[in-house]
Amino acid sequence: MNSAGRGLLADAWRRLRRNRAAIAALAMLSALVVASLVGPALSKYSIDHVDWTLASLASPPSLENGHWFGTDSNGRDLFVRVWSGTQVSLLVALLATAVSLVIGVAWGATAGYLGGRVDDWMMRFVDVLYALPYMFFVIILTVVFGRSLFLIFLAIGAVGWLTMARIVRGQALSLRHQPFVDAAITLGLPAHRIIARHIVPNVVGTVIVYATLTVPQVILFESFLSFLGLGVQEPLTSLGRLVAEGAAEMESAPWQLLVPSAVLATILLCLNFLGDGLRDALDPRQR
Amino acid sequence: MNAQPLLDVRNLGVEFETADGTVRAVTDVSLEVMTGECLAIVGESGSGKSQLFLACLGLLAANGRAVGSARLLGEELVDRTERDLTALRGTRVAMVFQDPMSTLTPHLRIGRQLTELLTDRGLLGASEARQRAVAALHSVGIPEPESRLDQYPHELSGGQRQRVAIAMALMAGPELLIADEPTTALDVTVQAQVLGVLHAARKRGLAIVMITHDLGVVAGIADRVAVMYAGRIVEMATAAALFEEPAHPYTAALLASVPRLTGTQPERLANIEGQPPRPHETAPGCRFAPRCPSVRDLCRSTEPALQGAADCRVACHAPLPQGWVR
Repeated sequence: MNSAGRGLLADAWRRLRRNRAAIAALAMLSALVVASLVGPALSKYSIDHVDWTLASLASPPSLENGHWFGTDSNGRDLFVRVWSGTQVSLLVALLATAVSLVIGVAWGATAGYLGGRVDDWMMRFVDVLYALPYMFFVIILTVVFGRSLFLIFLAIGAVGWLTMARIVRGQALSLRHQPFVDAAITLGLPAHRIIARHIVPNVVGTVIVYATLTVPQVILFESFLSFLGLGVQEPLTSLGRLVAEGAAEMESAPWQLLVPSAVLATILLCLNFLGDGLRDALDPRQR
Repeated sequence: MNAQPLLDVRNLGVEFETADGTVRAVTDVSLEVMTGECLAIVGESGSGKSQLFLACLGLLAANGRAVGSARLLGEELVDRTERDLTALRGTRVAMVFQDPMSTLTPHLRIGRQLTELLTDRGLLGASEARQRAVAALHSVGIPEPESRLDQYPHELSGGQRQRVAIAMALMAGPELLIADEPTTALDVTVQAQVLGVLHAARKRGLAIVMITHDLGVVAGIADRVAVMYAGRIVEMATAAALFEEPAHPYTAALLASVPRLTGTQPERLANIEGQPPRPHETAPGCRFAPRCPSVRDLCRSTEPALQGAADCRVACHAPLPQGWVR
């Protein structure tokens, strides 16, 4: 007898380990995270150092001069810039996802559990926000408050929670009539306790899966913002910015596009594989 | 009645607003539960026996509405705010449901679920609550209660889960337990264990309302029995009197339809001809009249009131004579 019991997450982890694609994706992601953290320190150049010693400012990758990924059009080392950009992109992605997760889960679970008029009002509010063109919303935010990394988390998170709220609300709505919720009510537990203890943990599977699928969306959205010049500010960079800059020079200096695109594509692919694996692992029907 | 009843239900009705109009699930029910007694509510599916007590606990579906009065220790339960009811639930009155497979939250360890109310209300600290949980599991006959606390519901059998659910309901020491068909989903041997647990809890002074359609369960545990038919109480008597001398034809027919192990076996099990009326059908007269073997003209026009001595009341124009033997 397994007296310690097997938790939802321990169980899911056991099943995830059997999924080779998901584990490979997880390993690859971890490697990229480590590379983004260590990478900038390995090079002798700094993120905003312009190398005037080069024959041309945009120099292709070479081992001799230490510009392993080449330089950008301003003669700055691309190796350092790509890893530092990866850092920023991952940071934005994780924090914005966390923001949307917290707001979305709390909002959706409350609306779904309470139901009735409260549910109507809360979800109509979500509908109204949905109807706003969020690009417009983000542009206004950045114009009014100026550009900062923090604002990007906030803006993307503030937009991203809407779908999460809808998903969680749907789940909560069906959980609300489960007998164990009635049992918790007759036990005399207050509504906020029931939502936190008995509703939210039951939607954790769906939420984790949706979150892993949100991360790539956020990275793409940040890239899009950066592409429009609303993202992170120089000398900081992000993968989206690097791809945008590289795209402008893709005929004369293709490495400027290829290197950051390869990293971005790998991250997105890995996250999608991981999300897929998690969805399978957390599906209770697989038990 | 000399003492104040624990639960005093007066003229309680339950109505549901549906697309087909208002459906009355429970009509004008009055009953009382005394401290430490076990009242069984018997009736067939749809007779309103569960809705009656869900209404008392404020657990009706969104389209449901309770009218009348239900007082728990003098405190009104009908039309109270959720906050007031939450304060009463668990500590004064608790409920056990039919399906033990789904009344425990699947991802929470047993110990956590048992202690949740106590720690949440600040009644006990975490370690005392855990000790109380061990004692509670022990009292419902769960072996190795210490290690069970760290298990998840899916690691327990159905009977064990129902006993855990009972232990959970009793954690905060309520005076009244409403058991809604607690044995229906269980095997017969497991039923006996669960009934034993409820019996032991009664010995410690707990009042129990046992909602069931299993007359064997009623005979085993109940002091008094209320028989419900189509949303009304048709007979209320002590268990002994009810089984010996049912006064209402419906009760008699119900008892006659129970298979027996002794005496001559009938060719076919007795049944009650016809169907119970649908809740939104409102014909005048006694609701059992269309199926009643001893129906009179009066039964079809005037509805009989529940009357008689306090511990033997019947709603019938032509009650079966006392001394009538099946």
